Amino acid sequence: MKSAFNLRTIVVALVVAGLVLLPVYSALTGKVFILTMFTRIIILALAAASLNLIMGYGGMMSFGHAAYLGIGGYAVGILAFEGIGSGFIQWPVALIASALFALVIGALSLRTRGVYFIMITLAFAQMAYYIASSLSRYGADDGLTIYKRSNFGGLIDLSNRTQFYYVCLACLLGGIYLIWRIVNSRFGLVVQGVRSNEQRMQAIGFHANRYRLVCFVISGTICGLAGALLANNTDFVSPAVMYWTRSGDLMVMVILGGMGTLFGPVIGAIVFLLLEELLSQITEYWAMIMGPLLLLIVLFARGGIMGLLARFSRG
Amino acid sequence: MAEHLLRVENLMRRFGGLVATDNLSLEVVTGELHAIIGPNGAGKTTLISQLTGQLMPNSGAIHFAGQDITTLPSYKRSGLGLARSFQITSLLRDFTAADNVALAAQAHAGHSYRFWGNARKEAPLREAAHAALARVGLAKRADVPVSELSHGEQRELELAVALATKPKLLLLDEPMAGLGVTESQRMVALLKELRKEVTIVLVEHDMEAVFALADRITVLVYGRVIACGKPDEIRNNDEVKRAYLGDQHAVTRHG
Ligand SMILES: Nc1ncnc2c1ncn2[C@@H]1O[C@H](COP(=O)(O)OP(=O)(O)O)[C@@H](O)[C@H]1O
Ligand SMILES: [Mg+2]
Repeated sequence: MKSAFNLRTIVVALVVAGLVLLPVYSALTGKVFILTMFTRIIILALAAASLNLIMGYGGMMSFGHAAYLGIGGYAVGILAFEGIGSGFIQWPVALIASALFALVIGALSLRTRGVYFIMITLAFAQMAYYIASSLSRYGADDGLTIYKRSNFGGLIDLSNRTQFYYVCLACLLGGIYLIWRIVNSRFGLVVQGVRSNEQRMQAIGFHANRYRLVCFVISGTICGLAGALLANNTDFVSPAVMYWTRSGDLMVMVILGGMGTLFGPVIGAIVFLLLEELLSQITEYWAMIMGPLLLLIVLFARGGIMGLLARFSRG
Repeated sequence: MAEHLLRVENLMRRFGGLVATDNLSLEVVTGELHAIIGPNGAGKTTLISQLTGQLMPNSGAIHFAGQDITTLPSYKRSGLGLARSFQITSLLRDFTAADNVALAAQAHAGHSYRFWGNARKEAPLREAAHAALARVGLAKRADVPVSELSHGEQRELELAVALATKPKLLLLDEPMAGLGVTESQRMVALLKELRKEVTIVLVEHDMEAVFALADRITVLVYGRVIACGKPDEIRNNDEVKRAYLGDQHAVTRHG
C-alpha cells in the first residue's frame, strides 16, 4: 500500500513538474505546437477533473458534462460579441451561468438513478447543443469567432501564449487543490458516503439528494471555467463543444486515468489526447484503433492508469 | 401510566396483492425494551422500515415523541432521534469502521455544508466515533475498512452507527442474525447495558435472548398483531402457541 502510494506520487510529481516546465522546453526548442497542444490538454484535464468530482467521488455518471464547456464558452463569446471584453465580467458570468444550468439540470435529473440518470443528463446536454445551434445572432451551427480574448487589464495578457498557458495550468492545479479540500471535508465525506450507500446515509440523517445536487453544481461550475478557457484558447466557440461525443471523451478520460483519484483525470486527459494526436497522424481511421485500445485499458486496468500504477508497485 | 414514545395506528402496507402490514397498531413506552417476534415473512422488517421511513405506509399513522411522523423522510426522522440497524448489514463498505460511525456523529453535529476543513481531523467527531466503537467492542478495529471486517464485527458496527446518532429510540432488526454463540452472548450483554439508556424495539429470532431481555413482546403473524404483553403472558398465550410458538420448541425449552 505504501509503495503503491509512492509510485503514484512519483508519476504525479513528474507530470506536474513536466507541465510547469513545458513552456521552457517549448521556448528552447522553438516547438510552439507543443505548447498549444498542451494548453488544450490542460483545459480538458480541468473539465475531466470536474467530472471526476461527481462521477468518481459522487457516483453520478453524468453523460452531459460537455454542456458546461459550451455554456462557459458561449458566455465569453456572447459577451465579447456584444462588446463586453473584460474577463472580470466574462468569467464570473461563465461560472454563474454554468452553476445555474447545473442547478436546474441537477434538480431534475437527480430524481433518477443509474441508466436513467445517464440518459437524462445526455438529453439535457443535447438540448443545450440544439439551442446553441439555433442562436442565429451568434453564428448558429457555424459558431462564433472571438476576436479578442478576455481582457484582464494590465494584469495578464491572454494573447501571450506562455501567459495563457500558465493561467490554464494555475486553473487546473487550483481546481485540483479545491477538489482535494472538498473531498476530505465534511461535505466530501457525505457525498462519498452517499455514493457508497445512499440508504444508510439517509438513515443516519443526511438528505442525500441535496448533497448530491450541491456537488453537481460545484462540478458544473468548475467545468464552466474550463469552457471559458477553451473559448479563449480557440478564439472560437461553437455548438460542437457540447456535442455528446465530447461528453463521452471526458468520461473516457476520467475512467482511463482512474475514477475517484485526484490526478487520475489529468493523466487520463494527457494519455487520451496524446493518443488521439499520434494516431490521427498515422491514419485517418484512428478512431478504429483508439476505441478498442481504450476498451482494453479500461477492461484490464480496473481503476484506470492510477489503479494500474498501484498494482505494479504492489508487485 | 408511562408515556408513549412511539404510537402506531392502523398501519397498512401492501406489496401488490400481499398485505405485509395489516391494520397494525402498537405502542412503545419510554424506557422499555419492546421485542417483536413472528415467523419469517410476518412483516417485521417491513414494519421497522415504515417506522424509520425507508418505506411509506399505504395508510395509518405513526407518532413519535408526540409528533406525527407518518410522511416524514427518513433523514428527518433520524434527526428526531429514531435510529435503526438493518437485518441485512447496510454499511459504507469502502470506508473504515471509524469513518462509518464518525459520519453518523457528523449528521447530528451541525450542518455538513463545510467544504474546506478536513473532517477526519475533527476531534469531537472522532472521539464520538471511538466511544461508540468501544461501546460495541470494536475499538481496536477502528481503522479497518468495513469490507475487511468479519460478519460479527459488521453486526456490531451496525449498532455502533445507530448509537452514534444519539437516538431516543433504537430499532434493531435481528442484530443477532448469523452470529456465533459467543458473539450472540456478547450482543445480549451489550443490549442489557444499552436498555438502561435508550428505548429499544428489538426484532429477533433468538427466543432465549428475547425472553431474557424484553419488557414486553408483540407477536406478529401475516402482518397482524396477534398478541402483545409481558413475556410470561406471551409464553402462555394459546393463540401464540398455536400460530407461532407451537413449532418453535426452543421457547418451551427455555420457558
Ligand atoms: N420490497 C418488497 N416487495 C415485495 N414484497 C415484499 C417486499 N418486502 C417484503 N415483502 C414481502 O412482505 C412480507 C413481509 O416481509 P418482511 O417484512 O421482510 O418479513 P420479516 O422481516 O418478518 O421476515 C414477505 O412476504 C415479503 O416477501
Ligand atoms: Mg426481517
